[in-house]
Amino acid sequence: MKKKTVGFVTRSEEISVDIFSLWIETELAKDAKPGQFVGIFTNDRSALLPRPISICEVNKDKSALRLVYRIAGKGTREFSHLQAGRRVSLLGVLGNGFPCEEAEDKCAVLMGGGIGVPPILELAKVLSGNGGVNKPIAKEVICVIGYRDAQTFLLEELQQYAKVLVATEDGSIGTKGNVIDALNENKLNPDIIYACGPMPMLRGIKNWAEPRQIPAFISLEERMACGVGACLGCVCTTSKKDSHSHVNNARICTDGPVFDSREVII
Amino acid sequence: MANTKINIAGVEFKNPVVTASGTFGSGMEYSEFVDLNRLGGVVTKGVANIPWPGNPTPRVAEVYGGMLNAIGLQNPGIDVFIERDLEFLKRFDTNVIVNVCGKSVSDYLEVVERLNDTDIDMMEINISCPNVKEGAIAFGQKADSVFDITNQIRSIAKKPVIMKLSPNVTDITEMARAAEAAGADAISLINTITGMKIDINKRSFVLANKTGGMSGPAIKPIAVRMVYQCAQAVKIPIIGMGGIANGEDAIEFLMAGATAVAAGAMNFVNPYLTQELVDGIEAFLDKNKIEDIKDIIGCVK
Repeated sequence: MKKKTVGFVTRSEEISVDIFSLWIETELAKDAKPGQFVGIFTNDRSALLPRPISICEVNKDKSALRLVYRIAGKGTREFSHLQAGRRVSLLGVLGNGFPCEEAEDKCAVLMGGGIGVPPILELAKVLSGNGGVNKPIAKEVICVIGYRDAQTFLLEELQQYAKVLVATEDGSIGTKGNVIDALNENKLNPDIIYACGPMPMLRGIKNWAEPRQIPAFISLEERMACGVGACLGCVCTTSKKDSHSHVNNARICTDGPVFDSREVII
Repeated sequence: MANTKINIAGVEFKNPVVTASGTFGSGMEYSEFVDLNRLGGVVTKGVANIPWPGNPTPRVAEVYGGMLNAIGLQNPGIDVFIERDLEFLKRFDTNVIVNVCGKSVSDYLEVVERLNDTDIDMMEINISCPNVKEGAIAFGQKADSVFDITNQIRSIAKKPVIMKLSPNVTDITEMARAAEAAGADAISLINTITGMKIDINKRSFVLANKTGGMSGPAIKPIAVRMVYQCAQAVKIPIIGMGGIANGEDAIEFLMAGATAVAAGAMNFVNPYLTQELVDGIEAFLDKNKIEDIKDIIGCVK
């Protein structure tokens, strides 16, 4: 059940240049899955729409969500000033999330690029059975993570749950190049891929995975308004008729944000 | 408790709160947040004779105090709409008002004919969407074309007809008068105001469509003014909308002369808005000891 609700900030910190981590105590945590997102509202009455931000971690015991975001405009700049104890209005939980069950007993490669890295953390946690604490879902979890340069974030946390390979554009850490270069250099043979990142990266993964018959679940992004599937603002082109309008335009906020790469034309 | 019932063209509404077309789908998505039974009516997103894919993305952009949209009337077409959306809405005790769009007069007439055989309560004719290349607003910016399309629809429609007017005109009262003269049962206003946003870093338009319709609280004063002007110009009922964010805003539209009010873009900000408008209007009437909502409709002259 989606709702708009008030959450309480328990921790907020800058974890890399312009990248912030925000823990919020909220009832939305109990239903949250990796790959889903929430809308956060600003207190600025001139900036009205909810900001869609992916869920980086879920702590069901503390009923808390962690959001990691980059300052991209006035809304996220306002969030960066949030301190513990402050209230925030949230809309959630939104979107379908990554299909974790598809990774059962498989070698899953999780690919994240830039500000697409955060949802990969919760996914790695779930697929690895919280780093082996519980029974893992996947046989093996490998993360392939891309950054621009040595200013990484969430890297050590990912290493708690999976083997992590890094690509940087400037070659300062790991493979010089992008996540596909790292995939090739390390001769990985995934049974299934999950990915979140910029569109060129997702396009590259789609083009890499499909000829090899490897299922790839990619998380898409688009400017959103309602976040709940009513306004039809955030659509992506689909290869088959979409379920809502039957015009090959699926709603990223509700039919996605995660799609089987074969379903979408990007 | 005050009486909040109103009547438009012989259709009784339990209260004056409806939804603005395009902001509420066919009610399905927001039924997770609000009890549709509590609303005076649900006005659906525009439906055409065949499915429309809509515009390329980005389709939406935030602007100061509101937003721009250029969805381009993506819709599944009348067949799916009747089978799925109307079947869903039938389950609720609320008036169903179907918004009709088209590229040509014959498109509109085809949809109207299909709707004639359903048990919907009213139809709203979209002659004011600014985001499609053909049809819609092209019919709504000249008084003689407003008259002509209203007349043609009215001559075949078996349900009350609401003409939805555009604010993107020199004098909206001319369009209101033309609609009334051609037999419209009611008018609704305002649709969005054409706007533009430029990304100065990319030196390009934010919306793929370049322009989009602006909605949200920033346009409310314009909408209130236009509702007032139309209320002075015509006798048919008006459904007022534009940036309504709370009960007080709704009261303002009623006092300006609207018989009903619609919640639009602010549904995206507050998914409980429609229900809160019903509560807010009731609270205002009770607090001010007003027995009948009709006593405030158009009370400001």
